[in-house]
Amino acid sequence: MASTGNMNSETAAARSRTRDRRWALIMAYACLLLFVVFFLFPPFYMLLTSLKTNREIASLSTNPWIIEMGVTFTHYIDLLTKTAFPTYFLNTAIVTLCVVAITMVFSVLAAYALSRLKFWGAGVLATGIFLTYLVPDTLLFIPLFKIIGGLGLLNSKWSLVLIYPTLTVPFCTWIMIGYFSSIPRELDEAALIDGANHMQMLLKVFVPVALPGIIAAMIFAFTVSWAAFLYPLAYIYSDSEMVLTVGTVTTLIKGDVFHWGGLMAGALLAAAPPVIIYAFLMDYYIAGLTSGATKG
Amino acid sequence: MADVSLRQLHKTFDRTEAVRGIDLDIAHEEFVVLVGPSGCGKSTTLRMIAGLEEITAGEVLIEGAIVNDVAAKDRDIAMVFQNYALYPHMTVHQNMSFGLRLRKYPKAEIESRVADAARILSITNLLGRRPRQLSGGQRQRVAMGRAIVRDPKVFLFDEPLSNLDAKLRGQMRIEIKRIHQQVRTTTVYVTHDQVEAMTLADRVVVMNDGLIEQVGTPSELYDTPRTRFVAGFIGSPAMNFIPCELIDGGNGAVAAKVDDVMTLPLPAERGARYRDYLGRSMVLGIRPEHVRERRAGDGADGVECVVSPDVVEPLGMETMVYFSLNGSDLCARVAPEASPSPSAPLSLSIDPRRAHLIDPETDLVL
Repeated sequence: MASTGNMNSETAAARSRTRDRRWALIMAYACLLLFVVFFLFPPFYMLLTSLKTNREIASLSTNPWIIEMGVTFTHYIDLLTKTAFPTYFLNTAIVTLCVVAITMVFSVLAAYALSRLKFWGAGVLATGIFLTYLVPDTLLFIPLFKIIGGLGLLNSKWSLVLIYPTLTVPFCTWIMIGYFSSIPRELDEAALIDGANHMQMLLKVFVPVALPGIIAAMIFAFTVSWAAFLYPLAYIYSDSEMVLTVGTVTTLIKGDVFHWGGLMAGALLAAAPPVIIYAFLMDYYIAGLTSGATKG
Repeated sequence: MADVSLRQLHKTFDRTEAVRGIDLDIAHEEFVVLVGPSGCGKSTTLRMIAGLEEITAGEVLIEGAIVNDVAAKDRDIAMVFQNYALYPHMTVHQNMSFGLRLRKYPKAEIESRVADAARILSITNLLGRRPRQLSGGQRQRVAMGRAIVRDPKVFLFDEPLSNLDAKLRGQMRIEIKRIHQQVRTTTVYVTHDQVEAMTLADRVVVMNDGLIEQVGTPSELYDTPRTRFVAGFIGSPAMNFIPCELIDGGNGAVAAKVDDVMTLPLPAERGARYRDYLGRSMVLGIRPEHVRERRAGDGADGVECVVSPDVVEPLGMETMVYFSLNGSDLCARVAPEASPSPSAPLSLSIDPRRAHLIDPETDLVL
């Protein structure tokens, strides 16, 4: 009897646990749905607008949530054939690629040195590097203008390759210091005894082990470089050197005339590479790669 | 010639002295265990031998050559760490061959060495796995494999079994002993576990507070500890210490008097050694295994002592009895047949021939 009673209360407890779990899941999905609707609304509206004819975009009588007067690809075709959009795209890609490469080389080396080579003032230097990141670019772009001018790089995309790392290197170094510090010291010591020098230790042990951190830093550098607006606005003024962010806006907003269809098509195309890269790299963004290195 | 020699080795961290002048010679193929409580400087000593810690003063010699300024990778040593320190992104094979690959060994040689080590450690079937797919014991084997493939002059072990559960620790201890019998490499092994030290070592180095207390074979340390620290550290449960007074036992012998509770006549042959301390307060050291239940045939060999047990711990093959004698908490190892119980008085027999006399002023065993 007693055991039956026990079992009954156990199944009741289990049932209540299942019910709790179901409610938690329902709430979680409801919140997620809200989140998804909120964040997918802008791209959805962009897509919709970019596929509408100019007449429908301007019309006040049509339903803005659906395409009533037929789908058109004119905005995309015009953007790619009649404007310098492809040049902007290429320039942005070149600048971003260079910036990510420069950032990773500098910040990985700096982070390794700051987290592992115990030299005098390493701690202060690490904090100092982070502090430079806190200075807003709205304060920096005028003095930097003088420097870029002095170097003869005004109106050149290479000025951006030079400037963006001042934003990305400090932050990425900071992220990497955190990741490298989480690598157990025994791992360096094992590598040291195995006969590795500092470069081998960095490339064969630290970089693979801290890969999630390195990818996080790369995503950051990529985003900063792809989406920067202020610096290109200040330093670049010819179409051949222009990048996507500023180029799309200056080309498609003429005075008070907004070419909405083109703007939306341009914004969608410009947003595509980051979305694709995020989607792919997120798979690699697996924490816990260090588990198993030591006790765990 | 000794494989590893330490000469007046010192290490100071900021202002704390971790190692305060150590001299030690480790012979070829010898298995030496450094043992002591945490913070005694044993790991620091090992790390100085490895080249992972700078030497404040003194010298480390490997095969006769001073290696103070030789980098860790050029000392021809291999180390096994407490938390294994396996490279998480590499397979077992890659972990084991990493050192050889860095040293640019020919591929065929690497393969044969890894295969040999894997066979010795019975991890051949794990070579393709990554560390996170292995159990604690398997990881420990891989860490040892990484050391074995290098075929170094010296193996260094830094508390390699501390992260394993008790059962596995026992198995791995036997495994390490077996591997040492097979591979025969000079080994320095650090542990805080005296059982590990006693079972593995050719010679045990007991360290305390940055200094060596005693160096000797396990049985030397057990039978003739030099200091109170060693006497208390080696052996489990620990040796009993009873304050006593040294009195004349007649016929040139001396006896230890524990207030009015008991008088323990000490062996006559030690009389001359102990005479200078007559009338002084001393400490009597006696291991629990030399305090047992009184049996029918016990004559004058054992000194009888009736106690009332506080706690009784049956362990199956023996029973631990904890009791209080004249203010000291003591332990006896009793045969289970004696069936002691906390309610009944128990008659114990103390073997005076196995007693140690300690001078409380110097803490030296006389």
